[in-house]
This record gives sequence, structure tokens and C-alpha cells, in this order.
Amino acid sequence: MIEVSDLTVRFGGVTPIDGMTATFEPGVCGLIGPNGAGKTTFFNVLSGFVKPIGGSVTAFGEPLLAMAHFRRARWGVRRTFQTEQAIEQLSIYDNVAMIHEHSKLSGSSRRIDVLGAIELVGMASGPQAKVGSLGAAERRLVEVARALVGRPKLVLLDEPAAGLPDEETAHLGAVIREIPERTGAMVILVDHDMSLVSNCCSQTAVLDFGKLIASGATADVLRDERVVHAYLGGEAAAAV
Amino acid sequence: MATAEHPTTSPEAAAPAAQPRFERGLRVRAAVIAVLLLFVLIGLPQLLSLYYIDAMTQVVVYSIVALGLGVLVGRVGLVSLGQAAVLAIGAWVAARLLFGTGLPYEVVLLASGVITMVLGTLVGLPALRMRGLYLALITLMLAGAITVVLASLNFPNGGHGFSGYNGSEVHIPPIRRPGIAQTDPAYFRYSVIVGALMFLLVLIHVRTRPGRAWAAIRQSETAALAAGINTTLYKLWAFALASFVTGVAGAVMAGAVRYLYSIDFQTQDSITLLAVVLMGGAYSIWGAIVAALLLQLLPAVLNNLGVSPDWLIILFGIGVLQVLTTAPTGIVDQLPKDIARLGRLIARRFGRAPAPTETA
Repeated sequence: MIEVSDLTVRFGGVTPIDGMTATFEPGVCGLIGPNGAGKTTFFNVLSGFVKPIGGSVTAFGEPLLAMAHFRRARWGVRRTFQTEQAIEQLSIYDNVAMIHEHSKLSGSSRRIDVLGAIELVGMASGPQAKVGSLGAAERRLVEVARALVGRPKLVLLDEPAAGLPDEETAHLGAVIREIPERTGAMVILVDHDMSLVSNCCSQTAVLDFGKLIASGATADVLRDERVVHAYLGGEAAAAV
Repeated sequence: MATAEHPTTSPEAAAPAAQPRFERGLRVRAAVIAVLLLFVLIGLPQLLSLYYIDAMTQVVVYSIVALGLGVLVGRVGLVSLGQAAVLAIGAWVAARLLFGTGLPYEVVLLASGVITMVLGTLVGLPALRMRGLYLALITLMLAGAITVVLASLNFPNGGHGFSGYNGSEVHIPPIRRPGIAQTDPAYFRYSVIVGALMFLLVLIHVRTRPGRAWAAIRQSETAALAAGINTTLYKLWAFALASFVTGVAGAVMAGAVRYLYSIDFQTQDSITLLAVVLMGGAYSIWGAIVAALLLQLLPAVLNNLGVSPDWLIILFGIGVLQVLTTAPTGIVDQLPKDIARLGRLIARRFGRAPAPTETA
């Protein structure tokens, strides 16, 4: 469980996260909001690339913000990026194995864990294929496999379906739904594809201008008029 | 927790099928390298004149230096313009130890590598804060500083004191060589073996944990951090490895030329070195050999033909431009492709269907 309390991030005169307070329960949680709402900044706070000026984040009872960024991955925070970051020169296997190497897990289970993660995301290419030779959808899956190998505690997926065709998105959605049960990790999913969010997430939080404006069961949140208002603007919401 | 254990049956079943093919390719490659190495060790000294044997010893020295720079530029994405100065440090330390102590040559090689590693890693410290042009500039300035210090210190020539330099000496003793490698051909063989060990050391690094971490850092430092990689440690590790092999190369050089002068080490040598490393192919460790052939054998050939090697700087300039625009992976990767393309072209001319195995 992730508890965020009064989190504030400021870049000069901009406040991308403004006193955010939220609780993310185990399972797959959605995090949605219009562009610039602070979703990626929130991920960057969780992975340690952005230092907040105030507030606290407690992950499974531990104060997350006190940990150095590269240690958080070892502890169990994993993420994917909006622009996919699988390493082109390395094979699929090495891409995933690298995460395992820098975790606290023993090397003896590496092969099984790595192949297990690759199998979990379900790829057509063999584990020795170079990532540079893969298409966009498979590269995304490599990145997801990197986030799942070993014993992740918290998996952050930042727009994993961006630019993917419907068929690939459906496959990705099926993979995401399996993550909590198969790995024991909880997932926070940021995406603009509302059908993916409502398919995967039991609960969803909505950010707008750095503030949490709604949170709860996904179906209820998506009907919430404040959410519709934030997405569509005042007049369109009135018409609905 | 039962959920954390991934089901393993299907990937384990698929693994044996993929593994042998992978290993066979590796074995073929190892065999080819062994045959080439044997030819260089046994055949080459028989075929070449002393002039070219000495040139080839320099090729070995610079292939090790290029190998180190290739790790920094190609693997980690850190541009250093100070590697020729690091080589000078290695040569200085080796000369000092060889004159001042009776240590076996192998120990001197190792000690030069380790001492240069410590100093060279200091040169790499700015890399923790900056990249690209600024890192290149800072390393170039450091190289300039090292060149100035060495010029005032002079290279050891058998004198006493810290510098081991005696300016009034009329008869200067040569730097000693290992007992088993007194003649030029024998010393060439000796240097090839040392060079092969350095290539092996780098190859092991590149194929294992540090190599994967470097690939991640090169692609994106942020993503590397998110993968749990201590980027500071691995960047310093790259500088340490590059400096170690360059220091060993300096020690090989000391015994090869036998008389060292500070005038032989110029700051701009590092720039030419980067140029040939890019031409040879910074992403492949074999590109380092191509780079060293360009840098050392080509001038020797031109000298032999009575052409000034200074013309090469123009050729290298054009070469870098060509590589950066049309073949970013360098000659070592491009040449086999070009030969295959030429083969297909010839085959088409003579009306035969292109054989699919040509690229293999």
C-alpha cells in the first residue's frame, strides 16, 4: 500500500504537484488526469528523480523518500518510461537480467526468474534476440518484463500503451492484470486510454493541476462529474 | 509467497534448444581468433622486416590504448580527449620502475597499469558531473596539464631522485626488456601476448555485468538509475579499466622504443586517437585493432614510400566525416558489409543469382 500525504513539488514558479494526498491499495491502480496534471512528476518523485519540497510517501510502511534513487529499484520500485528505454545493444534476456543483477536477489535463481518474466509478458521473439531488432510493441513488453523480474514491490507504468495498436494494447492489458497475482507487486498505471484503465484497474485516482480531485472504484471515478469536467472542460461537461 | 515463484516449465524446456546454437557461434569465433593470434605470433615476424616489426609493436601498443578509449566512447558514451596523456603516464611509471628497480617485467606491467589506473580515474572524475562536449574539453585540458608536467619532469633515463632523470648524462642506457624478449621480433611476440590479455580483460567486462550496466548508462542515465544501477560506480569503473589497460600499453611502449622523450607525447595525439577510434569502430572491441593500424602502420608505410605522414591528418579528417555520416559503426562493421555488397554486385553483373550466404 502506498500512502501519499500532502506531497508538493515545485519547479521555479510551477507547482506540478500541489499538496497531493492519496492512498493506493494493492492490485492495479489507475492514475489519470489531463496533460500536465502531474502524473509523470508523481512517478519521478516515487523513483527519486524529483525531490519534493514537502510531504511524505510511505510504501508498505517504509518511508520511500529517504532512499537514494538507485536503491529504490533494488528495494522494489520499478518503472517504465513514456519514451520506451529498453537497451538496443543488448538481447531481450540481458535487458531483463540486468535488473536482476542489480537487485538483492541471488544469481542462482537469475536464469529462471528472467525467463519467467519474459514468459509472463508473452513475446514472439526468442530471449536471445537483440532489442534493436524488435518492433515498438515488443520493446514495450521488454520494458514491462524489466519491471517485473525478481521481486518487485511497486511497478509504475507510464503510458505503456502510447502509440500501440488496439490488438497490442489488449495483450498489454491482459499482462498488466496478471501482475499482482503473478509477482506480488502492486501496479500504478498511467494512461490516456480509458478502456485500458477501466479494464485493468479496480481503483483509480484522478489528478488535475497537481491536486487529487477524485479517487475510488474505477467505474465510479470515470462517471464523477469533476473528472468529466477536468477532462472535457466546463461547457462540454454541462452538455453531458 | 507462492505467487512470486514464476512458472518455470515452459522457458526451461525452450532453453536447451537456443543454447547450443549460441555456444557454437562463440566456439567458431574463438577458433578464428586463436588461428589469427597464432599467425600473428609465429608467421608475422617471419614475413616482416625489422622496420615493420617495430611498427607492428606500436600497433599493438595503440590497439590497447584504442581499446580503452573504445570502452569509454563506445560502451559508456563518455568522450575522453586525454587518453594519450594517460599513455604517457603509463610509459613514465614503467620507465621509472624499470630503471629504479630490478622487478620482473611482468610485475612492472601490472604496477604501471595499477598506478595509471589510480591517476587516470582522477582524470575521469569530471565525468560524474558532465558529459559530451564539456567532458571532452575538461579531459583535453587535463591532458594538456599532464603533458606540461611531464615535459618539465622529463622521462626517466637512468638518473637518480624521484624523476630518475639526469640531464648531464652523455651515455643514456636503454630501457630494459624482459629476459625472454630481448630482440625486436621476440619483443613483438611478447607485446602481442600482453595485448591479447588486455583484449580478454575488456571482453570479459563487456560481456558481463559491467558491460550491461554501461550499455544502460549509454542509452539513458535516468533509466539506468531506475534499473538500480549505481551509475557513479560504473562510470568510474569504465575510466579505471580504460586507464589500467592504457597504463599497461605505456609499459609495453617503454620497452619497445627503449628511449622515451617528452616531445614524443603531444596533447593533440589524443584528438587523433579519438578520430581513428571512431573510424575503426568504437562499438566493437575489434575496431581498436583497425584504429591502431590506421594510426601506426599507415604512417610507417607512407614513411617507407617517402611520403610525409602529416598528410594522414587530412585523410583521418575525411575518414571521420565519412564514418559519422554513412557508417556510424565504423570500418570494422562496415567493411564486411561493403565486401558482401560488392560480391552481390559482381554476381549480378555476371548474371548469377546472389547467394544468400554471402553476408555470413
